[in-house]
Amino acid sequence: MTLKTLMSGALAAALVAGPMAAAAPAQPKEMFIPLLVYRTGPYAPSGIPIANGFVDYFTLLNERDGGINGVKLTWEECETQYKTDLGIECYEKLKGKGPTGAAVVNPYSTGITYQLIPKASVDKVPVFSMGYGMTAAADGRWFPWVFSFPTTYWSQASAVIRYMAQQEGGMDKLRGKKIVHIFHNSPYGKEANPTLETLARQMGFELTLLAVDHPGQEQGATWLQVRRINPDWIFMSGWGVMNQVAVKEAASKGFKMDHFIGNWWSANESDVVPAGDGAKGYKGATFHAPGTNFKVHADLFKFVYDKGKGGGNKDAVGEALYNRGLVNAMLSAEAIRTAMTKYGNKPLTGEQVRWGMENLNLTEQRLEQLGVKGFTHPIKVTCEDHEGNGPVLIQQWDGKKWTIVSDWISPMRDVVRAKIETAAVEEGKKLGYAMRDCAKEK
Amino acid sequence: MIYREAGQFRTTYASDQAIFPIPQDRWFVVFAAVAAFVIPPLAANEYWLQAVLIPFLIYSLAAIGLNLLTGYAGQLSLGTGGFMAVGAYAAFKLTTALPQLNIVVVFLLSGLIAAGVGLVFGIPSLRIKGFYLAVATLAAQFFLLWLFNKVPWFVNYASSGTITAPNRSVLGVIVTGPNATASVRYVTALALVVVGALVAKNLVRGRVGRSWMAIRDRDIAAEIIGVRPLRTKLLAFGISSFYCGVAGAELVFLYFGSAETLAFDITLSFLVLFMVIIGGLGSILGSFLGAAFIVLVPIFLTNAPQAMGLSLPVALQKQFELMVFGGLIIFFLIVEPHGLARLWQITKEKLRLWPFPH
Repeated sequence: MTLKTLMSGALAAALVAGPMAAAAPAQPKEMFIPLLVYRTGPYAPSGIPIANGFVDYFTLLNERDGGINGVKLTWEECETQYKTDLGIECYEKLKGKGPTGAAVVNPYSTGITYQLIPKASVDKVPVFSMGYGMTAAADGRWFPWVFSFPTTYWSQASAVIRYMAQQEGGMDKLRGKKIVHIFHNSPYGKEANPTLETLARQMGFELTLLAVDHPGQEQGATWLQVRRINPDWIFMSGWGVMNQVAVKEAASKGFKMDHFIGNWWSANESDVVPAGDGAKGYKGATFHAPGTNFKVHADLFKFVYDKGKGGGNKDAVGEALYNRGLVNAMLSAEAIRTAMTKYGNKPLTGEQVRWGMENLNLTEQRLEQLGVKGFTHPIKVTCEDHEGNGPVLIQQWDGKKWTIVSDWISPMRDVVRAKIETAAVEEGKKLGYAMRDCAKEK
Repeated sequence: MIYREAGQFRTTYASDQAIFPIPQDRWFVVFAAVAAFVIPPLAANEYWLQAVLIPFLIYSLAAIGLNLLTGYAGQLSLGTGGFMAVGAYAAFKLTTALPQLNIVVVFLLSGLIAAGVGLVFGIPSLRIKGFYLAVATLAAQFFLLWLFNKVPWFVNYASSGTITAPNRSVLGVIVTGPNATASVRYVTALALVVVGALVAKNLVRGRVGRSWMAIRDRDIAAEIIGVRPLRTKLLAFGISSFYCGVAGAELVFLYFGSAETLAFDITLSFLVLFMVIIGGLGSILGSFLGAAFIVLVPIFLTNAPQAMGLSLPVALQKQFELMVFGGLIIFFLIVEPHGLARLWQITKEKLRLWPFPH
């Protein structure tokens, strides 16, 4: 209790002293962003690059531009180990920090996202689950506080199926083919299943769902089944140590690696390097380019790493998941910038940032200004659509680095959006939400 | 001096058999219970209630449950996580099927369902003992979680496989779900744990508890003096699982808000077992002390460097926390193998003689 007494004592002192010091300096021009990270535990190989990419971009904004429109960004990392109970503790600890509270929270775990979604509307903190979390929440009419742009698991699954069809020579060529989905047995891994099932019915391919239990080191039985089925394509939703094991297993079973596609959480350097040459040809989905050939990376080296302020190792800049963190930080920053056009260049509350996220319109022109031309796709978020329907790229591992091997593949919006809308009603009703009228939002 | 029983004469059987025969103890416990109901909801902020006190209370209830089974009846169990999961999923199914049902009733009913499952998994305890029984209960842990993960009916066919606590109110006050305030959830958890502890304390003082302890200390001797092993052991499994089931339901409804089976995996079973061992086997107070140790110390260690003005990288801080925490566990087990409850007892005995030890 001592800490509490100390804190409440300090708070009381501040409350008393506050009005007395009338000429005291005004509220600092700072905005606080909580960072839920996992740099330890079985998911650390995936968690570390993301966290570094995140922090580096915010450091870059502060160092190069003095923050966003003069408002400095502050943040605090909190270790979750990808565990849901630690996630709650971190969230409760950080949500009220900074002069205006948490601006936006990035849970970086589908499990933690599911826990934070009900709290978001109560605490007025937007949840930004970029390309993960609850897909149904992409319907902004039911879930005003949750954002999953640039794209969702369902869109991704449909885009990957489209890619497979393209490789086979046309949308009707998948008929009769065998596709296996290997997934982490958790809300995250299961997320893509309903879409795959629908597509299997519509396009006539044979789908087998194979679950791998947490943490995913033991996959012998799974791959025995894969061998028996002898599929034409494998799609994988893995995370952490599961990915490395799966890639190794596939390589040792002699599966055609270029017919093995991981989702965007299953295609990082750390996933393929342990399998050595066997991983050559392995593919992964993504929504941004790998590597460091962009202006933003040059700036990162110049303003962050050369000044010794980098979050991690210089060599790790440009890894797939590092760039993921970078994109996530950039989208968060742009949402804040959008909100500032309405509320002014001052520290914003979570509620104001929510408006910014909902009205985000990242054009090709703006991407060029940010130094990320060709790095990621333009995006427009609306009140109805919190996903932005972003297209997907396929990258391939050549033994040394990832290279993009496809054009932007658009998801099957006609299939996915209808499913999202049905699911949103269901999930929204569970939480006692009502649908809002987007025509009245401005 | 303050804590002295000299001159306190117990003249009736009732006063001699009271839970706290010494008035100082009695008043202290009553005062502490009242303070626990009044002070935190008024004084503590949301972080303290939501992230520290609520989990402490819920884990205390689970630790009491396991302590009845392992500490009193001597049956080692690693199925705690599984039984808690039964409680959680049962509560979810019950409250979504019958939204009108009072949520506290739902908690108790899901405790009963968990008790039923516990009875089934307790049957092998008649034939196997000790570590072998621990392995048999491990089967419960893995089987139950596999079942909840495999059969979509348990999660009402949600594609993600998560269960979410809906808004439910008691007497017009929202108790569970996102709109329930932290104070209300805290008071609910506290009320359940106070009642649970009181019942448990009375159980272990009476015939049931005595037969458990007889079985624990030497089962053959117990059988000879007329304790029926099957009934006694199964009762221990049933009642223990009831507590764990209620705690599991609370874990999802009052703390997590939404959960998947991973929240109840084997680490949870170990965590509760460590609480019981560190707190003190065969002690209700020990369950609270153990839960406090396991829940509060890591949080304290995470926040300590920052409170002292040190800013360490989070990964280092986490590793530092794990090392210190592990060190503390070893330290306490060496200093007092009988747990924190025993330390408390020694303190009381010293206090009795203070300030004139002879």
